[in-house]
Amino acid sequence: MSESKTNETTYKPTSPNSKLDFASLWDYAPAPESAANLEVKKRYELFIDGKFVKPTKGRYFKSINPANGKEVAEFAEATQKDVDKAVKAARKAYEGEWSRISAKTRAKYIYRLARMLQERAREFAIAESIDGGKPIRESRDVDVPLAAAHFFYYAGWADKLDYAFPGKKPESLGVCGQIIPWNFPMLMLSWKIAPALACGNTIVLKPAETTPLTAMLFAELVKDAGIPHGVINIVTGAGATGAEIVNHKDVNKIAFTGSTKVGKIIKRSLAGTDKKYTLELGGKGAIIVFEDAAIDQAVEGIINAIYFNQGHVCCAGSRLFVQESVADKVIQKLKDRLETLIVGDPLDKNTDIGAINSRQQFDNINKYLEIGLQEGAEMYQSNCKIPENGYFIRPTLLTNVSQSNRVVQEEIFGPVLTVQTFRTADEAVEKANNTPYGLASGVWTDKGSKIFKVGSELRAGVVWANTYNKFDPTSPFGGYKESGVGREGGLHGLAAYVNLK
Amino acid sequence: MSERIEVQKTYKTYVGGQFPRGESGHYYKVYSSDNELMANACRCTRKDLRDAVVIARNAFPGWKSRNAYNRGQILYRIGEMMETRRAEFIAALSRIGFTAEEAAADVNASIDRLIYYAGWTDKYQQVFGSINPVASSHFNFSMLEPTGVVTIFAPEQSPLLGLVSVIAPVIAGGNTCVVHASEAYPLAAITFGEVLNSSDVPGGVVNILTGIRKELVEHFASHMDVNAVFYTDKLEKEMVVQIDDLSTENMKRVIKTPVDDWYHAESESPYFIVDFQETKTTWHPVAY
Repeated sequence: MSESKTNETTYKPTSPNSKLDFASLWDYAPAPESAANLEVKKRYELFIDGKFVKPTKGRYFKSINPANGKEVAEFAEATQKDVDKAVKAARKAYEGEWSRISAKTRAKYIYRLARMLQERAREFAIAESIDGGKPIRESRDVDVPLAAAHFFYYAGWADKLDYAFPGKKPESLGVCGQIIPWNFPMLMLSWKIAPALACGNTIVLKPAETTPLTAMLFAELVKDAGIPHGVINIVTGAGATGAEIVNHKDVNKIAFTGSTKVGKIIKRSLAGTDKKYTLELGGKGAIIVFEDAAIDQAVEGIINAIYFNQGHVCCAGSRLFVQESVADKVIQKLKDRLETLIVGDPLDKNTDIGAINSRQQFDNINKYLEIGLQEGAEMYQSNCKIPENGYFIRPTLLTNVSQSNRVVQEEIFGPVLTVQTFRTADEAVEKANNTPYGLASGVWTDKGSKIFKVGSELRAGVVWANTYNKFDPTSPFGGYKESGVGREGGLHGLAAYVNLK
Repeated sequence: MSERIEVQKTYKTYVGGQFPRGESGHYYKVYSSDNELMANACRCTRKDLRDAVVIARNAFPGWKSRNAYNRGQILYRIGEMMETRRAEFIAALSRIGFTAEEAAADVNASIDRLIYYAGWTDKYQQVFGSINPVASSHFNFSMLEPTGVVTIFAPEQSPLLGLVSVIAPVIAGGNTCVVHASEAYPLAAITFGEVLNSSDVPGGVVNILTGIRKELVEHFASHMDVNAVFYTDKLEKEMVVQIDDLSTENMKRVIKTPVDDWYHAESESPYFIVDFQETKTTWHPVAY
């Protein structure tokens, strides 16, 4: 987009009001969510066999609030012996009490988790924002309610599994090892635990080392709900702890959400075993905007696609393809909209973009911005204020990029959108599919037939048409190609947790 | 009058709707149950696999966009063509040790299996797709789409029925494939290629290679433009590990479904189709 300079002079808004400019009119007053009803302990132990137990080696690690660099709490580091203990507890529960109760009872336990999570929803949302840096608006309105909905949805499947697989009889797998990422800690926990329980399995789950807080709060909830001991075990730690779970001989299934790189390591280490696996891995979602799209809605959709959760979303729409005839207009509107986004305190209810999850990720995103500039990209960042402490990155557009650029090919996992243009639908599809990933994609057009045609050509597990980043427990989610194996959510998500006889 | 000399058939491979020889010119000898030389079969190499994958990939967009009714008719047509060549298949199986009865049963079951999957092409979507009642104002549905190019190790001990049983569900679902025929008994597979070639199956949808499994495993499992690997034999542990490991780099779907008895009711199932499908979920707002 070398013409971006001339844009500023030639761009004519369709109406004088089309450019939103709140910032120069007034400042938003701070609107912080009170953290008063969240009591964070100094230290969290492992949750094994229904009890909180100290780690064998006595080692603890700290979780940091990425918005201010302050310590949130200490968490136990589970090592080989702890993981073994957790797996044994899960095995005992699987063969014992959990296998003896009826499917209806199982359902009621899961319903209970859903309800109790709803009751404590705000507390969980605050914890999520403190530990992970995401805006309270998202943790409160998206992450936690969806997590509860997930439990509610799958609870109902527990006694109806015979209807899910025509002609087959589903059987539980046994002990499921589940490893979840830091971008949606509580939501991913629910995606893993709810269907596994519904299908009659028991669980050893490891949250990400930078965001273990809500998982440990959930452990308290498991206790309160009276779930039989050993059915859900939660062990904290980093990659080494995860590897202990993956490689444990008595685990029947591995469910992992995270990077494609780690997913490949896991799949390799499962080679030759009979363990089942589902992998939800990276993505590089394409958004295709046709000239006949409702442009203002598309711009809102693009903002939501890439800046939701600081862009820490595997299905983020991180590659924008705009039809040439409307490219200048869309880019200008995006820039205008970018200026209105509020980057700052995750606990402030007005915040649109919170803190980057960790130092490591912060460095990684900045590295990609450097790479983009070296590759010849033109960078546009909003002029918003950002806090002095903590890890914050302004929402960013990279124009003048091409298919072979690393910023177009590799997952950045941050608030960075690359912008390219196209002339024909075929070209858009070709470019959108030119990636090893295949998780999600978006298409914006006013023409129904075009949605179906483009949607069917896109090699991705989710197609958001005239919308983006929508999730629901009834809706299967998962990728083609290197974005993973298997689906989570909906009827199709059950298949990951049963053997069919 | 001298006795007539029989004209023997040269067995080659079946790739892209043609019958090319292996690129390297290597061969291995294939014997009948009476130890008679039946053919110098192509001992295919990595190069042959690569050529076949390019062809299968190019055939994929066309095949997947054939409508379900059309794919069903084409599978049915394969069955019709096999029916007309029953005698030839029975003779071929008899030469490798099948009794006349066994051979006839095998051919019958193979034809019936094609008809079975022909009937599924326009039904599995209805049984396994879904409309999802999301809690927001969106219309949301999940459809199955073929995963792409599939490499298949056909069953070693069931050179016809086994072969048909692994190919049919893969192509019924709109995938294209590259198949390694039974190593010891590859000739029925090539004859099946002739059937495919006269059955309206577009060239490149099914590609059949012959050769030594041990030599081909690495390439079948590691090729970066292959989406899934399929086998039903109980392979030795080393080979299982090799396939799992090499398939990882581009996240191939590895479908290993052990089947001992191809006559068993469980050996034909729409789940064999679904194994080579990706679920795609589409959202659209509902509003004025």
